[in-house]
Amino acid sequence: MDINLWSVIKLLVALGAIIALLIANSVVMVWLERKVAGFVQRRPGPYAVGPQGMLQTIADTVKLLSKQIVIPGSSDRFLFLLGPVLCMFPMFIMFLAIPYGPWLTGLEINLGLLLILAFSGLESLAVLVGGWGSNNKYSLIGAARTVSQSVAYEIPLLLAILALAFMTGTLNLTVITEAQTGWFWHWNIFRQPLAFLIFIITCFGETNRAPFDLPEGESELTGGYHTEYSGMGFALFFMAEYTSMMLVSFLAAVLFLGGSSGPIGNGVWWTFLKMGAFMTFMMWVRWTFPRVRFDQLLNINWKWLMPLGLLNLWLTAMAIKVF
Amino acid sequence: MTSLFVNPFHFSTISENPADMLGDFYSNNFEKKRVDPDSMILNLGPQHPSTHGVLRVLAELHGEYVLRAEPVLGYVHRMHDYMGQVKTAAQFLPNTGRVDYLHPVAWNWAYVGAMERLAGLEVPERAEYLRVICCEFNRIASHVMWWGAFVLDLGGVTPILYAFEEREKINDLLQIVTGSRLTLNSMRFGGMGGDVDDRFLRLAREFIPWMRERLKMYDQLVTGNVIFRRRLSGVGPMDEDLCRRYGATGPVLRGAGVAYDTRRAEPYSVYSHFDFDIPVAETNDCLGRYLVRLREIEESLKILEQALAQLPGGPIKHPKAPKATWKAPAGEAYFAVEGARGKIGVQVVSEGGKSPYRVKLRSPGFSNLSLFAEAAEGTLLADALAILGSLDLVIPEIDR
Repeated sequence: MDINLWSVIKLLVALGAIIALLIANSVVMVWLERKVAGFVQRRPGPYAVGPQGMLQTIADTVKLLSKQIVIPGSSDRFLFLLGPVLCMFPMFIMFLAIPYGPWLTGLEINLGLLLILAFSGLESLAVLVGGWGSNNKYSLIGAARTVSQSVAYEIPLLLAILALAFMTGTLNLTVITEAQTGWFWHWNIFRQPLAFLIFIITCFGETNRAPFDLPEGESELTGGYHTEYSGMGFALFFMAEYTSMMLVSFLAAVLFLGGSSGPIGNGVWWTFLKMGAFMTFMMWVRWTFPRVRFDQLLNINWKWLMPLGLLNLWLTAMAIKVF
Repeated sequence: MTSLFVNPFHFSTISENPADMLGDFYSNNFEKKRVDPDSMILNLGPQHPSTHGVLRVLAELHGEYVLRAEPVLGYVHRMHDYMGQVKTAAQFLPNTGRVDYLHPVAWNWAYVGAMERLAGLEVPERAEYLRVICCEFNRIASHVMWWGAFVLDLGGVTPILYAFEEREKINDLLQIVTGSRLTLNSMRFGGMGGDVDDRFLRLAREFIPWMRERLKMYDQLVTGNVIFRRRLSGVGPMDEDLCRRYGATGPVLRGAGVAYDTRRAEPYSVYSHFDFDIPVAETNDCLGRYLVRLREIEESLKILEQALAQLPGGPIKHPKAPKATWKAPAGEAYFAVEGARGKIGVQVVSEGGKSPYRVKLRSPGFSNLSLFAEAAEGTLLADALAILGSLDLVIPEIDR
């Protein structure tokens, strides 16, 4: 890729569109999450503000924006303020590499998958910085949990995705998606079911969602790493959670569910539909299961997902060699 | 500090404010007995989502392991024992419902029973049946609430909202008899203050099969869940000896495998008329205590079914029942009932004055909580909170 004015303009437009997408996603998905929670718990959910409570999130955003940012006296101010910012910042770059459609990508690069995996590690750093900088014991435990959790869950995630890279022989996400064009039996979910299973489980670990929401763990750690945050500090962490949910949902759609190909009329809408379905699935899981214990979480990873991921990788390599 | 426009480049490490370094009496005392110089002392509560009110737990942590834990009480102490000594018996009666807001009927009953035993008052049979019906309905409501709150402690948010549906139905029923929904108070010395009507009987008979269906749903939703079972099995074993040393009663004791129930061990009222079992857990861990409580709901339904079928007619209050200005005769009496959390005991000493000379309330939660320090030692923080949840604590009852 040679750098010229056209590519810079394209990149800036893409970043602007991504920022709009992330904000729209948070607004819609927080509302949807509440509606899903209400549906699971047999109550209406938000319904007062706007039609079906659709403007509830906007009202909440205004509330959070107008709230005072309380900085604890004994906290490390710099790190405390850096945490939420660092949490959102790498997200924009990761969304550049995702192929939303055959012609719609922010940044056409061969190492798209590597870019996403590299930047996804930054989020746990942000949580560590914010949690440790708060100088609160609950936050510290939550931050420490995040680090060991993300170390544990990135390896099986990598192993699962590596099997796909073996199959297509590339880290370019567009090529991986194009290889799945056609009817749904071409999708990687049917070619690599074990990898998809590992991917789903690690998604919950990566996004800190229930049943793996141990860094937050509100029944043990009150609020975990964001205990001390108020106003927009909290809102940014909250937004980062929904953004990383959207990211893994896009990855699921692109890597395993055929991306923009569908039964009728291939196009961008299929990617977004699959992303929405996967996110709804994550919400459904959250409101259904209790939280696992921390040692159990690490056991699931090191004793099950790691060996399974390696086995899957070996099987894939064998299959490629034989056929 | 309070300004929005703070200087982000102002580095501060730790506060110079000496007040931050000082703890109160309990934390200083706890600090002195530190077993590990590298440990972290965590102060859980009095405001913490898992302490169910205003319990405070001091915990010494090594990583996520609890080396030592100590519950600190007294944040909702309202001097109920003393209030019983300065008010007349009739004035104190509503207070008993405020001791334990989840099972107020049992507390009413314990106090009323103690005063009746002291004065030798007779209670009509219909009133005894009504007391049993109210108490068992209230016990189901309490257990159902515990079920929801316990799963909430483990991170499952949904069940508590299902639990409130049952509780709402029971509250609607008890409202017919008692007129209130939280701090029920329908018992009187020598009988009951309110009677059941046809609507109550119809709704109560409809409730029993419905609740049995809901219990099946509970099992499908929660009990069979693999995460849930793994979180609980083997966690917080409490044997018979531990329970004896701390005086634990109720589902905690039955969870340890001891078939002790005040309704059978010291039969009172008309419980001897009913056929019901005392559920005992096979394993003495958190899962055992959980299963015991669910089975207790079934047993309560059995009692209710029989009580509603056998409900005799007649007055609900003895014609010679004492008036409000009644002075209890001199003497001493003790009366124990089985509450949702264990054995509730009330000891009354009267010298023949307007108010009793001494009222002692024995709350089961206090004894059950006492064993927490020993049970939580060496567990993970999440397990310690699961143990705390499995004790079914109601803090106002512990502090009184």
